Amino acid sequence: MTISLADPAKPQRRPRGWLQPHRIGLMAVGLALVLSAAIFMRWDWLPNYYGLIAAGLWRTIWILVLTCAIGFMFAVPLGLAQAAGPIWLAWPAKAFCTVIRGTPLLLQLWLLYFGLGSLFPQFPWIRQSELWPYLRQAWPYGVLALTLSFAAYEGEVMRGAFAGVPRGQLEAARAFGMRRWKIFRRIWLPQAVSRALPTLAGETVLQLKATPLVATITVVDIYAVASRVRQDTYIVYEPLLLLALVYLCITGIIVFLFRRLEARIPTRLG
Amino acid sequence: MPIRLSFPRRLADGARSRAAPISTFLTPLLQSGTLELLSPTPPGWGGNLLRGLANSVQIAIGAFGLGLAIGTAGAYAKLYGGPILRDLAEIYTTVVRAVPELVLILLLYYAGTDLVNRALEAMGYARIDINGLVAGIVVLGFVQGAYATEVLRGAILAVPQGQIEAARAYGMSPGKMLRRITLPAMLPYAIPGLANLWLIATKDTALLAVVGFNELTLVTRQAAGATKAYFTFFVAAGMLYLLLTLFSNTIIGRIERWARRGLPSVTEGAA
Repeated sequence: MTISLADPAKPQRRPRGWLQPHRIGLMAVGLALVLSAAIFMRWDWLPNYYGLIAAGLWRTIWILVLTCAIGFMFAVPLGLAQAAGPIWLAWPAKAFCTVIRGTPLLLQLWLLYFGLGSLFPQFPWIRQSELWPYLRQAWPYGVLALTLSFAAYEGEVMRGAFAGVPRGQLEAARAFGMRRWKIFRRIWLPQAVSRALPTLAGETVLQLKATPLVATITVVDIYAVASRVRQDTYIVYEPLLLLALVYLCITGIIVFLFRRLEARIPTRLG
Repeated sequence: MPIRLSFPRRLADGARSRAAPISTFLTPLLQSGTLELLSPTPPGWGGNLLRGLANSVQIAIGAFGLGLAIGTAGAYAKLYGGPILRDLAEIYTTVVRAVPELVLILLLYYAGTDLVNRALEAMGYARIDINGLVAGIVVLGFVQGAYATEVLRGAILAVPQGQIEAARAYGMSPGKMLRRITLPAMLPYAIPGLANLWLIATKDTALLAVVGFNELTLVTRQAAGATKAYFTFFVAAGMLYLLLTLFSNTIIGRIERWARRGLPSVTEGAA
């Protein structure tokens, strides 16, 4: 009797789904806000900047993908060195992670761009090298700083992930006669990555949120485009609101992609 | 022909200058007198850097405190609030955590000061210049609040249900229950997350350099620009930030031991 009473009461107390009365009300308020923003704010500047916005968006995404990919490649050895390496490898890796995680990214970026950028031209052999056309530009410094930052934060995550793989798995692999590299490639790394995947999604969103910093060293990403619109037209809020919307959309896409990736990994709740 | 000529010359050039790289690396550091540049009295810039650090720490403390207040309210709204309040808190945390801090700082900095001034004008008062310190604290606190909401929500959920029920059974009012039971009991669960937030707060103050607030990073850039000793000053500022982080870590360790007093240690529980 109590069960039959409690069962219909439950969905009434905690209704789920999008179409609850208060949600429809909230959506109406949100829609009204968006419409009033579209009607009453100034958007006439938008057609003049389509090309620049597309280029900026492309550069933001490209920097994000590049720094995350290279950073993750550095993060795996960093995490492995800290989790299982000998002390002469573990200690420098830990020091690197502590220093990068203990100082603001903006400071690291400016140290690399202004500091290295002011040292390099003093050496004729650097100025004459093949790399000089790249070293004169701003984006390599931005990519380097963001890569190092991602590697350090992710190295810390991977340390925990490597250490968290059950010992029995590795012992079983050794019992099968696998070599060390094969154990790492087939057992240790995949299990560590699948453990770290939810954190990795969060770190990737954080990395996206770090990309606008490169605008402070003259790299023209989507944030820099919005700043330029502000300087050209003296319109303050509209470009910033559009920018916030763009970042919201990219975050949504990242979260969606990682959910798809996570769904592919078979998990069993114990 | 010109190519064949230029190639060996470049090699020769490289060989000549390669003899000197160490000294050329060190001369900008040593020649200008690193210690003189960093000395705390006016010809050096050390005093300015320390004042910048003090500003950064002030903002971080203020923003962290405001974030905690917003976070507690947000966590309560998410856990115990009505449907509308819960959805609003969800929108707040989702949007603030998805949009870069830099964009939020610009939006809130401009929009916030503008709105306050418009409200003052509408009420018949004169426009005021909003203190950079206050604006920075409010803006960063608003951002911190979203993260703190999630940390505190998780921590409150980790408190054994019986303790809260027992408090309710004793007839405690919600405010007293929050003060005496929920907040102290959730503290050990919340401290790792809050420690992370504090470290993020100290480093996020650097972003206020972009809106022209005189905190450590902007002061460093001014000093570096004035003396051309970019490397020296950025490394010095990095060390100051690192010291702040390491100092915070020891303090946090003590607070965590204090908050976990009487609880079984984590390592014992895992083993």
